[in-house]
This record gives sequence, C-alpha cells and structure tokens, in this order.
Amino acid sequence: MSKTFTLTIDNTAVKAEPGWTILQAADAAGVYIPRLCGHKDLVPHGSCRVCTVLVNGRPQSACTTPATPGMVVDTATDELKEHRKRLIEMLFVEGNHFCMFCERSGGCELQALGYRFGMLSPRYPYQFPVREVDASHPDVMVDRNRCILCGRCVRASRDLDGRSAFQFVGRGPEKRIAFNAADGLGGTDIEAADRAVEVCPVGAILRKREGYRVPIGQRPYDRDPIGSDIEAKAAAAAGAGEED
Amino acid sequence: MAAKPRVATASLAGCFGCHMSILDIDERIFELIELIEFDKSPINDLKEFTGRCAVGLVEGGCCNEENVRVLQLFRKHCDVLVSVGECAICGGIPAMRNAVPLKECLDEAYLKGPTVHNPAGHIPNDPDLPLLLDKVYPCHEVVKVDYHLQGCPPPADAIWQALVALLTGKPLELPYELIKYD
Repeated sequence: MSKTFTLTIDNTAVKAEPGWTILQAADAAGVYIPRLCGHKDLVPHGSCRVCTVLVNGRPQSACTTPATPGMVVDTATDELKEHRKRLIEMLFVEGNHFCMFCERSGGCELQALGYRFGMLSPRYPYQFPVREVDASHPDVMVDRNRCILCGRCVRASRDLDGRSAFQFVGRGPEKRIAFNAADGLGGTDIEAADRAVEVCPVGAILRKREGYRVPIGQRPYDRDPIGSDIEAKAAAAAGAGEED
Repeated sequence: MAAKPRVATASLAGCFGCHMSILDIDERIFELIELIEFDKSPINDLKEFTGRCAVGLVEGGCCNEENVRVLQLFRKHCDVLVSVGECAICGGIPAMRNAVPLKECLDEAYLKGPTVHNPAGHIPNDPDLPLLLDKVYPCHEVVKVDYHLQGCPPPADAIWQALVALLTGKPLELPYELIKYD
C-alpha cells in the first residue's frame, strides 16, 4: 500500500492507509465504534447510523466517511452515546424483538448493543408491526419480525455469494426484505452455507435445525460486550507498545 | 425503629417465572425479610393493599382490564414501581397475539382450533371474566413506571441488587452479566 497517514481519534493519533474509512482506521487502532449495517467483508451501506461520529465537529457515519490526514474524530461524546442508544431503542420498538425465544439471542448484535449501552427499556412506544415469516426453504428461514433492514444479506448475497437472492422492496414503514423468486425464499438458489445467512446481525435469517446449539453462558455476548475483541487489540498494543 | 418499608408484588399477564426468580434469591430471603415487609403479593397471598408501599414489583404486561386495574392500584400505592421482566417491559410472549386481531384469537382458541370441542359455539363472556384488551400493552405504556429489570426472567441477583439499592437509597449499577433480555 502507499503512504500511511495520521488522523486523530478520541484525542489519540492513529495511523491509517489511503482508502480506509474512519471505521476501518478505528478498528485497526483498537477503538470500537458500534455498528449494525457495517460489516468488515461488505461494502459500506451507511443506513443504520449507529456508527455516527463527530468528524471535525460534524456528525458523519464512520463506515462511509473516508479517513483523511489530519482529520479529528470523536467517537464517544455523551451526545453521540445518547444518540446511539436511542437508535437501538428505536430498532427495538420498530420490530418484534422477542429475545426470550429467539434463536439468535446471545449472539445477536442488536441485543448486544442494547447490553453494551445498558438499555433497560426502550423509551418509545412499541409498534408491534405485522410482518411475515418465510420458512419455505428447506435449510434457511427468514423472520421479518426481527429484521432491522441493515441490508447485510442484500450485499453479501450480491457481492460475496454471487446470487442476489435478497433485495429491499417497499418504502418507509412498508420497506422489507424480499426474495429474487416468485415463490419466496424456497424458490431462490440460496444455501445454508451462504455468507448472506451468516452475516445477519439479528435473528432474521436463520439456518434451520441449529437453534439453541450453544448453551447459555457460552454464547458470543454472554460474558464479553460486543466490541471487546476490537478493544482487546488496543490493550494488547498498549502492553507491547514499548517495543514497537 | 421505624416500620420496615413495604414491598408489593403482582403477576399480571406473566407466567410467574419472575416471581420464581424473586424466590431464587435463596437464603437471602431471610435478609430480605429483615429489610422489608411484604404487602399485597402472591408470596404471602395478601389480596389487598394494607398501607403505603416503598416498592412495587410488577411482572407481566396488561392483556385485560383487570391487569390495568391492578397496575393502576400499584401505581397509586407504591412510591417506586418496577417493571420486572420482558412481559412487563415489552409485552413478552402474550404480546405475540398483537399481530392477530382479537376476534381471530378468540375464534382460534374457542371455535376453530384443531383440538377444540365446543358444540355450543360459545366464546366465554361471563361478566366475572375480565375483558381482554385489543392488544397486550407494556406496563409503562399504561402507567408511569420508574425502573425496568430486563430478563426472562431477570436473574435473581439483578432483582436482589435492585431491591437492596432501592431500599437503601443507593444508585443501582447492574454489571454487564446481569443485563439480559432472555
């Protein structure tokens, strides 16, 4: 790669390479910026706004904004944290998120952000929308009640699996995930091993016959908050920092 | 010594799992009894409020008019009202019926369900039965609720720490492991 440069994230100078987004630079530096639609293997989408940070004082989504030399980024002001927490609360009331029987519970990124932000109850009225489940595929099911419209499956199926099995249809409150087949999910060529299935941050796309395989207490976010892996890099680097 | 603060509990549209979790504080219930006295609660089977309560713990959301009445009674008699568990906070499992019109729910339960034997075709409507609400409502959408304890059920440790914090006037800071939505 060409020349690395320096920007400031949370009062610390961090290195970045040309072409990196702020999110990538923060990840590399061990600063966790919460995200839902963002995924390291997918093109940025910029739709969930959970990764909003202050760039030279202005709010921008970290996943779509390129890092530039000398940029000053604040990722966790009180206002930003409050804003993020409210976004998560809105996502919780907008769908039907019943954690108690969801197969993804404990590994769900939406739930994990709720835990990380200490959300005890959404401050907005629950919408209880009526949404459809599609279980017509033999190995995969889609429960739109849990969908947060992050678009990860759309991008993964198109860019990584080469199938374009998913797409958004409708607008506003009618927006939902649809399938590239007249007869629903079962008519698509999607397979259980597809990345599109794996990248779903919530329990909206699930492999069948795999539910509750991991016991409570050993699931990804049971003990460690989401983002701990990224923050651990910073801790490790600080420990070994003297030698570098 | 002043009288012990009183704590009331109720299970609305819940499964009593949260009350089981209250009992799951194990031998600390002896400490709890030193701290408080139970008022209206299924734990002591007291049906009516006997005085002003410091804390009201409410399990379950509101699925019928009786739930609403009890909840309003709790709000009236308790200084601090706590929603305990997912059903009280978001309606929980009972709220799954919110996607189905009430008439269809009743038809399925009493007329059309595959295991229903109801030749008279009556849907129960005795005046003694509380009327069902159109939807299941979270408690904080019916009355003002001061605190929420997440979980299905909330861990006994979370209930214990919350009660102790409330009764001793200390701030409650639940550790990461005790905030769970499942």
